[in-house]
Amino acid sequence: MLPLLRHARYVLSENPVTGLAFGLFALFLIAALFGPVLAPYNPLQSNAAMALKPPSAAHWFGTDQLGRDIFSRVLVATRLDLTIAFASVILAFMLGALSGVAAGYFGGWTDRIVGRLADTIMAFPLFVLAMGIVAALGNEVINIVIATAIINFPLYARVARAEANVRRDAGFVEAARLSGNGEARVVLGHVLPNIMPIMMVQMSLTMGYAILNAAGLSFIGLGVRPPDAEWGIMVAEGANFIQSGEWWIALFPGATLMLAVFCFNLLGDGLRDIIDPRMRT
Amino acid sequence: MLNLLLSRLATAIPSIVGVVVVTFMLTRLLPGDPAAYFAGLAASPQAIAEIRAKLGLDKSLPEQFVGYIGDLLHGNLGNSLSTGQPVVVEIATRLPASAELTLFALIVAVAIAIPLGVLAAVKQGTWIDHTCRIVTTAGVSLPVFFTGLLFAYVFYYLLQWAPAPTGRLDVFLSPPTHITGFYLIDSALTGNLETLWGALRQLALPAISMAIFSLAPLARMTRGSMLAVLGSDFIRTARASGLSPRTVIFTYAFRNAVLPVITTLGMVFSFLLGANVLVETVFAWPGIGLYAVNALITSDYAPVQGFVLTMAILYVALNLTIDFVYGLVDPRVRLDS
Repeated sequence: MLPLLRHARYVLSENPVTGLAFGLFALFLIAALFGPVLAPYNPLQSNAAMALKPPSAAHWFGTDQLGRDIFSRVLVATRLDLTIAFASVILAFMLGALSGVAAGYFGGWTDRIVGRLADTIMAFPLFVLAMGIVAALGNEVINIVIATAIINFPLYARVARAEANVRRDAGFVEAARLSGNGEARVVLGHVLPNIMPIMMVQMSLTMGYAILNAAGLSFIGLGVRPPDAEWGIMVAEGANFIQSGEWWIALFPGATLMLAVFCFNLLGDGLRDIIDPRMRT
Repeated sequence: MLNLLLSRLATAIPSIVGVVVVTFMLTRLLPGDPAAYFAGLAASPQAIAEIRAKLGLDKSLPEQFVGYIGDLLHGNLGNSLSTGQPVVVEIATRLPASAELTLFALIVAVAIAIPLGVLAAVKQGTWIDHTCRIVTTAGVSLPVFFTGLLFAYVFYYLLQWAPAPTGRLDVFLSPPTHITGFYLIDSALTGNLETLWGALRQLALPAISMAIFSLAPLARMTRGSMLAVLGSDFIRTARASGLSPRTVIFTYAFRNAVLPVITTLGMVFSFLLGANVLVETVFAWPGIGLYAVNALITSDYAPVQGFVLTMAILYVALNLTIDFVYGLVDPRVRLDS
């Protein structure tokens, strides 16, 4: 553990941007955990007298067409956006890592089926497939999670397959097999933990994409429904006012979304540098 | 040459089969009873059963699948509920608008990303390299619908350089004679410079928003593969033989480095076709993306399904083309096949 921490400090000192990303990540976590407590106004409370007011000392990010405080809404939305992204990444990881490890370890038919499944998903433009899935499953938040997980599945399956394939005849796997472990136990207890660092990097790399994808889906009216606060749908609501010059309604949720994706992309790159120096660009 | 083409075509068949099966499955997942939906709220059970028989929903799944394949082969994607028009006709009339936007965005992305990537590799560690890194990381982080809105606000509302972000052409201009369906090409062919300029102005903002989103993988890959090639022995030999830096970089290095970049184009197209939907929504661009979004809002399922299928088949065809071009550019691939 200690050498890893020392290495992490070395990487961070070499690339201060990664440190910045960790700081931002902490901020987003605080907003997600305590957002509803920290919000100065009720995010759903409309107030016709205060509609469409530009940013001021009372309303830092201004108010929207119903007089709701945009700062509070952006803050509260953090939890929903991050939950969707985390849930879909974890689901994609579970589906992808398990089937990918099985494919790489057992080969043969398992490998062919998993490979064909991944290829079929990759044959679609991913956002378009996600649209089709949410439209078919029904317009619910949970279906955004499922759709985002499905389109990320091939990435996880491919990485897990390649890594498990290299290790199937490694010494520690042979040893585990010889000491009488069943195949399932070898795969889950020995191969899978061994590829976890690489899968973690993959998870943080796809996190930003998962947030973008979920926000994009809700921007076109899928999943999250008004009046719920979510960054994508808030940008969509603000879009109607851009042409008449009320920029703050779309700008603040959009900029927060951008910052979150930026933060996770930098974090993914940083984590990759710490865990796997070979992949450094 | 023909062998190469045929072997590439054969690799696309499983993808097409997969795409058709998935789109069929998507309709089967449709929540609720489509027959009841078609019949309306006040329909009697008999009327619903009648419609179910008419739609073929009373048959077994394999039978329905065969029916679906038959419909596809006849070019029948069903009818839109809200307009009553055949989906295939509506998609065909809107496709040129989407294609023009996407291809123009691709050209802009390539025109920025490749020089940027080459420069970043040649001048590794300088400010150009850092700019390249910032642009690529920021580019993939920008939600394309947000960039589009921001551009519309700055360039239309504040600076008034761009026309109103609604549609392909200003209402006062008439569309050019239909030849290819691409306004830029059609107006250029008919010598209608006013329309050409108008169409270009409308196209600029949506295309640039899409290009920024999709140039990151191209620039990253160009930089990476240029760096790898520049570090190889044959470049050292070329330099040691006294060739000019220009010849070394463009004739020797770039021609080798461009190969992985062509492969990346597949991913770029996946990005572009997805971003296309969002950008069309922001700029009210009358393409197939906006058509699908409008259908989604009214729960009109046939257009959405037709849209997903069209996009997927286009994407498979694009990947096939990329594969084929790769084979043309790299003689080694041709020998292998």
